[in-house]
Amino acid sequence: MSAVTEHADVPEPDAGFDTGHDTDAVEEVDEGQPHRPDIYYIKIAVFLAILTALETTTYWVDFGPFFLPALLGMMVVKFFTVVLFFMHLKEDSKIFGMLFYMGLGLAVAIYVVMLLCFQFFA
Amino acid sequence: MADIAVDPTSEHVADHVGEPHVAHHDHLHTSTGLSNNKLAMWLFLGSECLLFGGLIATYMLYRGRNNGKPGPDQLWDIPLTSVSAFVLLMSSLTMVLAVSAAHAHDDRRTTIWLSVTGLLGATFVGAQVYEFTSFYHEGVGFTTSLFSSSFFTLTGFHGAHVTIGIIMLMALAGLISRDKIHGNKAEVVELVGLYWHFVDIVWIIIFTLVYLIPA
Repeated sequence: MSAVTEHADVPEPDAGFDTGHDTDAVEEVDEGQPHRPDIYYIKIAVFLAILTALETTTYWVDFGPFFLPALLGMMVVKFFTVVLFFMHLKEDSKIFGMLFYMGLGLAVAIYVVMLLCFQFFA
Repeated sequence: MADIAVDPTSEHVADHVGEPHVAHHDHLHTSTGLSNNKLAMWLFLGSECLLFGGLIATYMLYRGRNNGKPGPDQLWDIPLTSVSAFVLLMSSLTMVLAVSAAHAHDDRRTTIWLSVTGLLGATFVGAQVYEFTSFYHEGVGFTTSLFSSSFFTLTGFHGAHVTIGIIMLMALAGLISRDKIHGNKAEVVELVGLYWHFVDIVWIIIFTLVYLIPA
């Protein structure tokens, strides 16, 4: 039996598990990753660098009541920018995201409850 | 069994007969249609969130317990830490450029970007070693207080992760330059990239919660 006929036993790819891909995104995907020009990633890095600079200025400039929300907001934006664009979770399978966000969500829930138990926020 | 007319040049056939450098689409011949290696890496990173979550939460609890010794507000060198944070952030850029080059089958650019990423990581670890040494000279060691123990454990664990990442990057650059990787080279680079970006996002949280928010 040739390799070609053996291949007939392999299930059709589309009949398998729903990988949760956006079909529009798949069209522009090769090898599971979209081809982006380097400048796309450089622009994101510049955005992240600006946010880091803004974060650092909070150490010297008094932002008053906006200090903590602004700092936490910038942290969250930076975190998800790296996860979605550099780690490609925005375009990759939803299953990968589910695995990661489950761990992240579990960690946040457990440790927020732990800090509440120790009256950290009081 | 009836023969099925399959274009012998298609990637599915090439995949089946074990061509080493063929393109792999998302629909792999696994039960999920996805790469098991990537699934395992994302699962690992999800579990790492729990590890670092525990370390960060413990530090948050103990950061005010410095037994009259120098505490966070006296020790932190924010300009140095900001530069370190910037360096690690830029290493994420060079890493994603390495992944991009690997998908374009450009081994030379992949090796260069991996090496640059490793160098930026080494700069970050060097700054951390300098920071730890300066704290020690100011009388703050690992067992000085609950604050120092939780701080050194948290940042030390992160530094160890960065160091492991550097070893992986350098090993990968060496293997690619000698053409020692058979199979889906881009996926190997991508897996190391995911790990590297993870240590970056952990530092994004540490930088804000540990260094920028006063104790």
